[in-house]
Amino acid sequence: MPMTVGLFIPCYVNQFYPNAAIATLQLLQKLGVKVVYPPRQTCCGQPMANSGFEHLTQECNNLFLENFAEFDYIVAPSASCVLHVKDHLHSTEDPVKAERVRSKTYELVEFLTDVLKVDKLAAHFPHKVGIHQSCHGLRGLHLAQMSELNAAPFSKPVRLLNMVDGLELVSLERPDECCGFGGTFCVAEEAVSVKMGKDRVSDHVRHGAEYITSVDLSCLMHMEGILQRNKSAVKAVHIAEILNATR
Amino acid sequence: MEKVEKDHAALAEEFIKDEERVDWHDGALWWIRQKRDMAAKNIPEWEALREAASQIKNNVLSNLHDYLLEFEANVTKNGIKVHWAADAEEHNAIVYSILKEKGIEQMVKSKSMLTEECHLNEYLIERGIDVINSDLGEYIQQLDNEPPSHIVLPCIHKRKEEIGEIFHEHLGTEKGVSDPTTLTRFARRHLRNVFVTRRAALTGVNFAVAETGEYVVCTNEGNADMGAHLSEVQIASMGIEKIIPQKKHLGIFLRLLARSATGQPITIYSSHFKKPRKGQEMHLILVDMGRSRQLGRPDFRDSLKCIRCGSCMNTCPVYRKSGGLSYHNTVAGPIGAILAPNLDMRKHADLPFASTLCGSCSNVCPVKINIHEQLYKWRQVIVQEGYAANTKVLGIKAMAWTLSSPTSYSTIGKAGRWVLNNIPFAVNNKFNPWYRQRDMPDSPKESFGEWYAKHGKDEVK
Amino acid sequence: MSTRERILADVLKNQPSASPLPDMSAFKGGNQDVVATYCEVFTGIGGKAFRVKSFAEIKHRIAEQFDTAQRIITSLPELSDSFERLSIDIDPHTFDDVDVAVIEAELAVAENGAVWLPEQRMGQRIVPYICQHLAVVIPAERIVPTLHEAYAKIGAGDYGFAAFIGGPSKTADIEQALVLGAHGPISMSVFVLGQGTTPNSVASY
Repeated sequence: MPMTVGLFIPCYVNQFYPNAAIATLQLLQKLGVKVVYPPRQTCCGQPMANSGFEHLTQECNNLFLENFAEFDYIVAPSASCVLHVKDHLHSTEDPVKAERVRSKTYELVEFLTDVLKVDKLAAHFPHKVGIHQSCHGLRGLHLAQMSELNAAPFSKPVRLLNMVDGLELVSLERPDECCGFGGTFCVAEEAVSVKMGKDRVSDHVRHGAEYITSVDLSCLMHMEGILQRNKSAVKAVHIAEILNATR
Repeated sequence: MEKVEKDHAALAEEFIKDEERVDWHDGALWWIRQKRDMAAKNIPEWEALREAASQIKNNVLSNLHDYLLEFEANVTKNGIKVHWAADAEEHNAIVYSILKEKGIEQMVKSKSMLTEECHLNEYLIERGIDVINSDLGEYIQQLDNEPPSHIVLPCIHKRKEEIGEIFHEHLGTEKGVSDPTTLTRFARRHLRNVFVTRRAALTGVNFAVAETGEYVVCTNEGNADMGAHLSEVQIASMGIEKIIPQKKHLGIFLRLLARSATGQPITIYSSHFKKPRKGQEMHLILVDMGRSRQLGRPDFRDSLKCIRCGSCMNTCPVYRKSGGLSYHNTVAGPIGAILAPNLDMRKHADLPFASTLCGSCSNVCPVKINIHEQLYKWRQVIVQEGYAANTKVLGIKAMAWTLSSPTSYSTIGKAGRWVLNNIPFAVNNKFNPWYRQRDMPDSPKESFGEWYAKHGKDEVK
Repeated sequence: MSTRERILADVLKNQPSASPLPDMSAFKGGNQDVVATYCEVFTGIGGKAFRVKSFAEIKHRIAEQFDTAQRIITSLPELSDSFERLSIDIDPHTFDDVDVAVIEAELAVAENGAVWLPEQRMGQRIVPYICQHLAVVIPAERIVPTLHEAYAKIGAGDYGFAAFIGGPSKTADIEQALVLGAHGPISMSVFVLGQGTTPNSVASY
């Protein structure tokens, strides 16, 4: 099927994690998808909205619609930003357009499993990896079963990581606890945020992870900040970079 | 010197300084969350039970007026005197007048978050009435002159050595004794004497059945019953939202309550009070305390479905790391943070922000309150009503302006990685709350946008 | 306007539009062995369960377990030749020195180990709480799978007070360390009398 995907690279990914964005682009291209990156994009508006300023996000929403309305799908390597778009992208002028854009916006992993229905990958990543379930990916986008529910287990990220040659997943004591980033929470509630991050990181380290991966770079940025401060050899890496890694 | 009111972040920071205590607190509550998971997963129809409980509570809220009338009529028919209180002052005055009429100067009280909310103990003590909290955890908190930090586990933030010290100071136990069994046995003997000498007992209410006019009180210790069945005057205080329509609905709620709270299949005691004992007088106080106002807020009325199991606290990583007292409200944790702003928005403006919006609370909630969504919505209301700090308003406005314009965004982005400067990850000094304990992300040579402008056309094969 | 009228008016004004009650018919126990499940669950919550065939056996068990020199009371006529028959008219404070109380439950619930005691079966309301040790007799055929069946059987109930009691009084308020015997009984024993009607039930002796 000829489809064109608009690549949505959230602001902080664009600025700090170009490699994750490049991996996302290349991975989609390898899977035969035509990808376009609209250069005038900025942010989904989540930092404002989660701070209680959703009423200031209309300009961000309009810009998002202007950039992405034309595409068959919009894909981003960030569950958190995708969830924000899905939950809060509105337009007073064109609500139909906003609804359409909301429904075609996908986080990378769910796009791979649910739309492209990927069942094999040519990826190679011979390392022990711990998955950090981003809360927005898990409880917002339902990328995996939530540990609180009495319901059948599944995990879209695990399904993809299991296709990666040489990769070994480590199990964690608390499989889906929050890392404590939480947007402006990370600075407004510094003490709690840091403690949560330290405890999350230590679960991975204790279980022998060489890499911590996630569908959200915001969580990874937080845990990476803690790992680096403590001179840890463990690295944080976005799932796109693992799925795009070759021998 | 004027006492400076500290917000959640500041109080949490103090709690976190004792990292060993935090780790213990976090681990103890996580273990309760795990016990809750095991109990929930033992019931194949668990999720259906939650859904049914949620629907029953929706029905209650939608028909509360009539259920209150039905309940009142049945309670009265059963020989219990009904009182109505709009607020704490009215509630406390009713309790006081009941005791005064009987010439009673000592009362024993089992766990009731509502009376904590009303500051009943302080009110009565000021008027010469001696009140003793009989739930062990609440008793310990009362001795230490602190409010409960958790609605189910009132002194979960205290270590046993501290409790031993409190017992030594107030009850004269031997110094250094901290064994939980020894301390509990001591309290048992001490409080038994309280139970047998008190003429009045007050309990809370877990569920009030409109259909029969009976109310149910759930405890593990048996303290509510010890007080009630030895008293000549029994008082029950309940929020108006505690009504359930029919007795058979107890089957749903009692299956959920203890499993959600502690992982037990049911609390040890589920006491159904319907009529006074021979020679006894019973009173029931229906309290509003902002509940009817919350009922009128469509985005927040679901918070009234809460059955006070505490599971949202046990699962909340912010609660586990920051301790219940950091919420400076009777009900702490996620549920407290959506109830408190209704009571006093200015005082509790910080609480909806004391969350990462991770959503675990909504998933464990036995009545399916969308707690984390309400936290998000309270943030919007608090900002709109002008309770957000000024510095925050300016920062966010600048952010909104920058992010809404591609030109200003890319200019500032190139100049100094605007985002870094403004969601402050950037400035490497000890005043930057990101950098104090976390490194900044490495600054790449070029942004993805810049890379794409150069390489975007080279498709990978 | 009185407080009552004001609260009711505010509630009426603010309550949302009608929301129906759910269908509860799907909630019921499976066809497991309720007697065995009951004993297992009750033991799991810190109680002691005994399968017995007769009241004689119950008397024997009580004498074996407890100090019969202490005050042992019962509301059961079948046991009143051995233990003090409790009076429903005396001051409840006088039960303060009771060591063991033996009463009969109306129902027991397999899924949670609780027994259902309307006050008529307690003798007096304070009895199952004030005693140091509680012993409850439950005929096996009165064990139901879940609380749903229990409430169906209880109906409106002709009592002024009733309770589900599921185990010895307990607390974990000090560092989450479990201590049996907070304010109520330190131990609870249940005597499951007879075979029950469940096909798979196995008597222990």
